[in-house]
Amino acid sequence: MREVHVSLLTAAVAEMCREANYYLGADIISALQKGLEEEISPAGKAVFRELLENARIAGEEKIPICQDTGFAVLFVEMGQELHFVGGDFNEAIHEGVRQGYLDGFLRKSIVKDPLRRENTGDNTPAVIHLEIVPGDKLKLIFVPKGGGSENMSAVKMLTPSLGKEGLVDFVEETVAGAGASACPPMVVGVGLGGTLEKVTYLAKKALLRPLGQPHHDPFYAGLEMELLEKINRTGIGPQGFGGRFTALAVHIEAFPCHIASMPAAVNINCHASRHVERII
Amino acid sequence: MEIKRIKPPLSDEDVLKLRTGDKVLISGVVYTARDAAHQKLAELLARGEPWPVDLKGQIIYYVGPAPAPPGRVIGSAGPTTSGRMDAYTPAVLRHGVKALIGKGSRNQSTRQALKDYKGVYLAATGGAGALLSKAIKESEIVAYPELGTEAIHRLVVEDFPAIVINDAYGGDLYEEGRKKYILEQQEQR
Repeated sequence: MREVHVSLLTAAVAEMCREANYYLGADIISALQKGLEEEISPAGKAVFRELLENARIAGEEKIPICQDTGFAVLFVEMGQELHFVGGDFNEAIHEGVRQGYLDGFLRKSIVKDPLRRENTGDNTPAVIHLEIVPGDKLKLIFVPKGGGSENMSAVKMLTPSLGKEGLVDFVEETVAGAGASACPPMVVGVGLGGTLEKVTYLAKKALLRPLGQPHHDPFYAGLEMELLEKINRTGIGPQGFGGRFTALAVHIEAFPCHIASMPAAVNINCHASRHVERII
Repeated sequence: MEIKRIKPPLSDEDVLKLRTGDKVLISGVVYTARDAAHQKLAELLARGEPWPVDLKGQIIYYVGPAPAPPGRVIGSAGPTTSGRMDAYTPAVLRHGVKALIGKGSRNQSTRQALKDYKGVYLAATGGAGALLSKAIKESEIVAYPELGTEAIHRLVVEDFPAIVINDAYGGDLYEEGRKKYILEQQEQR
């Protein structure tokens, strides 16, 4: 059994909060560069130029890419041979978020209660998704999730007879409904299968895959391409000003499901599809 | 695309010069307000009480800025989604606010109110908060400090870039832009 002190976890999380918010990933930068080269709408092209300039300023001056520095979502894969000592595992993660958001001058966007709406002041709590896996390592993926694009996301309990067509229509409707509000060009995460709660988790997990990396199953890789093409035919374009780049990528995560159901979820991310990974 | 310079306070005539698709550069004072501040302003209107700041002829920017690191005026400060303010916007425009900056489309009642009260809705680039913060030269909280990032800030901006989405004539850049670039969906089924 490998023993690790929780303070290492706190330090890693704090650093990831700052890193994810200051530095846009290389995969996103190259998708934006491709957009700048290929977008045919002048207003759309101008948006790509601004977004690249924005990413440069954020990285150089160590300020967040976007003022909405998000809900701190952590995907944690914990090796079953690993044992944390020196404190509460969950509290160590929340403490990392607290330190990262306070020291990193990141915005505190979380309220204590959905109806009474008093800010927690330190962007805690984090949303933690924990999975136990073989081995003695800990893999952390930090995703600061913005509210604007999260609000445009949707889940629907489709039924088997609707098939692929039903899924395509649902994704297209959700993206069209999001329009300019979700800061296009978006990254679209699609969850398919499982149960009501599992499918939304899959949709968020789909956002973690590097842009440009297709699904490992050729069937879903093809469907991702088909959906991306359909979305980019809508004309919404960068920031909704009109153009051919409404989405940068569509990622699908599928899971077995009940004979009666075909749950589907669409989790929309803005163009600043932020996430960072660490292994302890 | 024409570039127009605007400087608040704005008159009806200033607003009527702006057309959907125009690029504008704003210099001068802009007030921030998002969800929580709008709720408070709406409550005051409902009770017939005055606002903590006079916003007649002014511009409201829907933003909750990130905190300012040492040596900076403000942190990242891009627009938030405007649709959430639609519930309050007709009353805000009736009360004399002339321009709104945000991102994303507005509902029918906001668009009608922009025509009725001669107002204009502008979009700044969503997700370009670091870039936009460069155009902000001063920032000061003038109302509701307890709301933190959602407090009303008085910003002084210089050449702050935005684009006219809804003008006072009923134009809508999101609809027009989309129509221009939409392609027929191919049957793949």
